[in-house]
Amino acid sequence: MSKVSDTKLKTKQIVKKHRGDKSALIAVLQDIQEAFNYLPKDALTAAGKALGIPISRVYEVATFYNAFSLKPRGEHIVKICMGTACHVRGASAIQDKMERTLCIKPGETTADKKFSLETVNCVGACALGPVVVIDTEYHGQVTMAKVDKIIGKLKEGAQQS
Amino acid sequence: MKKISNAQALRRVQDDLRHNYDPNKKLVTICAGTGCRGYGCIKVKEELEAEIARQKMDVEVRATGCFGFCEKGPLVVVHPEKIFYQQVKIKDVPDIISKTVATGEVLEKLLYRDPQSNETVMREEDVPFYKKQHRLVFGSNGMIDPTRIEDYLIIGGYSALAKALTEMTPEGVVSEVKKAGLRGRGGGGFLAGNKWESCRRAHGEPKYVIGNGDEGDPGAYMDRSLMEGNPHSVIEGMIIGAYAIGASEGYIYVRNEYPLAVLHLTMAIASAKEAGLLGKNILGTNFSFDIHINKGGGAFVCGESSALFASIEGRAGEPRAKYIHAVEKGLWDKPTCLNNVETWANVPIIINQGADAYVSVGTEGSKGTKIFSLVGKINNTGLIEVPMGMTLREIIYDMGGGIPKGRKFKAVQTGGPSGGCIPESLLDLQVDFDKLHEVGSMMGSGGMIVMDDRSCMVDVAKYFLAFLQEESCGKCVPCREGVRRMHEILEDICAGKGKEGDVELLEHISTGVADGSLCALGGSAPNPVLSTIKYFREEYEAHIKNHRCPAGVCKALITYSINPDKCTGCGLCIKVCPTQATSGEKKKPHTINNDLCTRCGACIESCKFDAITVE
Repeated sequence: MSKVSDTKLKTKQIVKKHRGDKSALIAVLQDIQEAFNYLPKDALTAAGKALGIPISRVYEVATFYNAFSLKPRGEHIVKICMGTACHVRGASAIQDKMERTLCIKPGETTADKKFSLETVNCVGACALGPVVVIDTEYHGQVTMAKVDKIIGKLKEGAQQS
Repeated sequence: MKKISNAQALRRVQDDLRHNYDPNKKLVTICAGTGCRGYGCIKVKEELEAEIARQKMDVEVRATGCFGFCEKGPLVVVHPEKIFYQQVKIKDVPDIISKTVATGEVLEKLLYRDPQSNETVMREEDVPFYKKQHRLVFGSNGMIDPTRIEDYLIIGGYSALAKALTEMTPEGVVSEVKKAGLRGRGGGGFLAGNKWESCRRAHGEPKYVIGNGDEGDPGAYMDRSLMEGNPHSVIEGMIIGAYAIGASEGYIYVRNEYPLAVLHLTMAIASAKEAGLLGKNILGTNFSFDIHINKGGGAFVCGESSALFASIEGRAGEPRAKYIHAVEKGLWDKPTCLNNVETWANVPIIINQGADAYVSVGTEGSKGTKIFSLVGKINNTGLIEVPMGMTLREIIYDMGGGIPKGRKFKAVQTGGPSGGCIPESLLDLQVDFDKLHEVGSMMGSGGMIVMDDRSCMVDVAKYFLAFLQEESCGKCVPCREGVRRMHEILEDICAGKGKEGDVELLEHISTGVADGSLCALGGSAPNPVLSTIKYFREEYEAHIKNHRCPAGVCKALITYSINPDKCTGCGLCIKVCPTQATSGEKKKPHTINNDLCTRCGACIESCKFDAITVE
């Protein structure tokens, strides 16, 4: 089966799971993103069609909410918490360091597709600040030295696998 | 769990659970809130269970909701003695089981040590962080496994629902909540009872109730801990509210960033339905009500009620004009009552103990307690629940343990991006809805971010405006463009390009932004700027006139240098510097070339001798 029809099929299944309910658009997009790691264009058009929502509105919702990405994302999603508590504890220095280490800016993905860098408003783990969440793992009291360690470990793991 | 057919049956179930529960049986509770999970508490829990199995003991290990004292996690309590252990590691587990659980021996090294008196404290309630708290809403968190409805029933859960459904009329419930003076905990502080009454009177079917768990304020996480730690309390409150208003359907809107809260709420809803406490003919009465969960998409503005409705309806979350009242035309244009999840969790307490008892706590205009998240430059980071009217000083110094490294307190920021910064001179302010508003800040959802003398207030204002600029939905021009311009001015000031008159210009634009925006995001967006100008004007002037950042934060206005008396020439700063700005021979004081230095802070972090000075 071609990649395009595969994407469409999966999308249709997701829409079906939500019983084709128009108001479930956001939940549908969340499921699509979970399935593909981002929102592929083919999935968006298929979802719009299946739900009976014009693609313009699907696009509006997909671009309005920060949680959605229209670009393919890396294997690991690195989220730097930019909450106030993390900010006063030096989150911006950690962001700078992360940008230098990965050679990308927030919203970008490394050329080898290993890492995507994102900032998030607050993950609600303020005691651990500054916090970096990689995939589902929380890293607390992050220092610049720790950034090297965490990323180094993930790179190593990637090489081994 | 079997379906509970009526109120008497509920009482029997609760009695049976209590009857089968031996309060003297050994029990180890471990905090499994997100903070403690970050410290690795799940591994500690698994090790506790494994060790108990190895020693063939009959001890229950219970992963509970958040205890609140996040600074010292992972937290463990050994019952029935209630011995409180902090910063527990896997290697401590064998001793906890073989000594404390088996023989009652207290492990000194795991107890909380008061930094002032240097004495250890054995019980949770005697730890200064907890001593002054009044944990009305949050109190059961530490005993409940949020994935088991039985744990909630045993402490009398859903009794308030049974009481409301069988002993009270819907009007009676509304008047009780009105009498209790319950104000919305999400920030606005609107009287919940009045909202309920208007919604009850509004025409249109069906009616909806909504639990707002879109906790967007950065630095606030009490709603998260409540949804994760005691989801049934929120659900019970919503069912009671639905009965009072006459609603048949409800939604809980949770942030996408809170996966554990979504999981626990989903499980709680399923088990409440199974037990006949939610769904059709609740507790055998004619009243039916159902709750759905909606996950947010990471948009701060969706905490605003009309934007939240739009989001549930599957649209972009743009607020609408306030003259259309949600209680008349809310979700799907039907009468809707939206309250914050903490507000809902207060409802069962009011119904159980009665409004008269509830109003005995709090101040004249703000009744009950409030959960705050005490974060930032503070020794004891965590969630505290205190009676309304407690002073900032008590909160920050008695419970929070003051500022780390003996630094000087500078300000506390309350109310999230819509709030303001409160200076040292107002530390004796009694915290409630009205007092915070009087000094130019607000309650918000309850975030308290403490700042010390190394926090730059201009930078903080810039931070919040960057946040708001990003989160503005773009519908109202004054908010979309005004906040952007204000942010640019603040960026200039922080970059040393501030001009005379910038402060006045900021104040001028603020008026326009506040007046010309539909929702509270724009309406209160200038608050962080106005409150910092009001209390820290000299800091703005130091940036503009003297090109100095007194707190040493704004990169363009500071220089790094190495104190030759302290520097040992160890070379660490040379190793970590990304721009080769540090140099020097081994064992001789190093120097920094300020033309190359980007003020990234790597050398400061690496220096073990505190030799790098920022000016």
